[in-house]
Amino acid sequence: MPLLEAIDVHGGYGGMNILNGVDMAIEAEEIGVIVGPNGAGKSTMLKAIFGLLSVTDGDIRLRGEPIANLSPHKLVERGMGFVPQEKNIFPSLSVEENLEMGAFLKPASASRLKQQIYEFFPPLKEKRRQPAGELSGGQRQMVAMGRALMNEPSVLLLDEPTAGLSPRYMNEIFERVKAIAATGVGVLMVEQNAKQALRIAHKGFVLAAGQNRFTDSGEALLNDPQVARSFLGG
Amino acid sequence: MNELIYFFNYVVVAGSVTGCIYAMGAVGVTLIYSILRFAHFAHADMMTLGAFVVLLLTMLFPHAGDALGLPTAIVMLPIGMVFTSLVAVGIDRAFYQPLRTHKVKPIVMVIASLGVTLMLQGLIRLFAGTGAQSLYVDARKEIFRLEVPGITRPIILTEPQVILFVVTIAAVVGLHLFLTRSRLGKAMRAMSDNPDLARASGINTRLIITLTWVIAGSLATLAGTLLSLDVAFKPDLSFFLLLPIFAAAIVGGVGHPFGAIAGGFLVGFAETLAVFNWSVLLRPIRDSLPDWLALPANLALVGTEYKIVVPFFILIAVLIWRPTGIFKGKVI
Ligand SMILES: Nc1ncnc2c1ncn2[C@@H]1O[C@H](COP(=O)(O)OP(=O)(O)O)[C@@H](O)[C@H]1O
Ligand SMILES: [Mg+2]
Repeated sequence: MPLLEAIDVHGGYGGMNILNGVDMAIEAEEIGVIVGPNGAGKSTMLKAIFGLLSVTDGDIRLRGEPIANLSPHKLVERGMGFVPQEKNIFPSLSVEENLEMGAFLKPASASRLKQQIYEFFPPLKEKRRQPAGELSGGQRQMVAMGRALMNEPSVLLLDEPTAGLSPRYMNEIFERVKAIAATGVGVLMVEQNAKQALRIAHKGFVLAAGQNRFTDSGEALLNDPQVARSFLGG
Repeated sequence: MNELIYFFNYVVVAGSVTGCIYAMGAVGVTLIYSILRFAHFAHADMMTLGAFVVLLLTMLFPHAGDALGLPTAIVMLPIGMVFTSLVAVGIDRAFYQPLRTHKVKPIVMVIASLGVTLMLQGLIRLFAGTGAQSLYVDARKEIFRLEVPGITRPIILTEPQVILFVVTIAAVVGLHLFLTRSRLGKAMRAMSDNPDLARASGINTRLIITLTWVIAGSLATLAGTLLSLDVAFKPDLSFFLLLPIFAAAIVGGVGHPFGAIAGGFLVGFAETLAVFNWSVLLRPIRDSLPDWLALPANLALVGTEYKIVVPFFILIAVLIWRPTGIFKGKVI
């Protein structure tokens, strides 16, 4: 039984459906990477999993239990973490307070988890008293991921964690994602830096027009000439 | 030197009193805006309601404060705060929450709050009549006269004023500690920053909303009651409070509780200075003034009855020149 499974998911924002039958599955310790052109519905898929928009058809399961259309609050309680593409920090709160908010449901373990996050993202420790909105892009992304990790999720959804980052930070973030998965978390990540992301992916999902176009291991997708030609820029 | 004492009594004391009242009202307006994203026009009526509830309780048990040596209204204050908070939460559940679930535009919420204003005003008038009533039922307001050595005029403070200063300081310190140290206070700031992310973090936003009404309702009761205690309870109190507290919240930068406090004092002092009779301060040099510059008996910028124009002009000026307020808040 996969850790997180989406079967033939349909859904959208009110009227028109954006997702027209998406299938995905990842196991614990795995990284799943969603790639595809702009407007393909990648972010929409993550939001659908996280209960931010209504799933009109199909199934989403966490360890086999149906979770489609559960509220984000319920999903956080069940161990799901979500880092949105934009507006993924509390800008006026300090770095430390941002992390604390991630552990809102686990106040007793907040200080232990905070230490872990500081070890995991060392730059955050020095900046812990600074408002998160004043940090650089890469550090903000660390705050955003740190916040989600504070809830000790078993599934982590990341929407373009490396968007707008320098190559140095991009590699840094990908290294961290690998480390997160290695601790037993299933990571499902949308990425624009498709090639680099597929290199660390156990599973890859190429989405276009709200449907899976290709689904395979990251390596197989990278080596598939058709995928390369249409989606990875040659 | 008498003139300085006069200045102290009529500007420093009076301005601080007004400032405290406006500050506590404005903090409520700003908190509600940060969490619920609408201008809560019924807030001044919540202040009136709080004062009215305390008045009723005081009339029912006029001697409850005797044992403690405090005005009865002060003893009844906590009950009034709890009651008003419950009413505030009830109003939210009955009127605002259904609108929120329908994801209406903020302007719809504002109009709903105008409806609540009319409702509260109607209810208060229905039970309180239209006249002014003292919150000192069966008791006398204590007035402290502090003699300053070598000066004939004393510094004058009333009992409610002293209580007001103490309560305001306690409320500000308490609010600060709550917002910066407690888990729920931080969650409140987080929700103000980014409500979607707050929800995605598992923060119970419903609880935060409830808490916001409790804090706003309690502060409104404190301000309304202490103002009524110092002057008198008037059913149309809100009419004189609405504009200043909004001006204060906007001047301070909407969404910044401490900006709202600063804004409250700014508006309070501006009002007091505008109605202050400057002629008194110039009296010592009256004799040395040339004949053509006779000192008028009243040299105030605006008459007391027009002091409401002061917050009005402050509001207009801020909206034109610095719509985000001193501390860069949101634009309502
Ligand atoms: N909040 C929204 N309301 C309505 N339509 C939206 C919303 N967000 C995105 N869309 C539409 O959904 C489609 C897919 O968007 P998205 O999932 O963000 O694409 P991407 O694959 O680039 O992440 C786009 O056509 C976009 O216009
Ligand atoms: Mg996207």
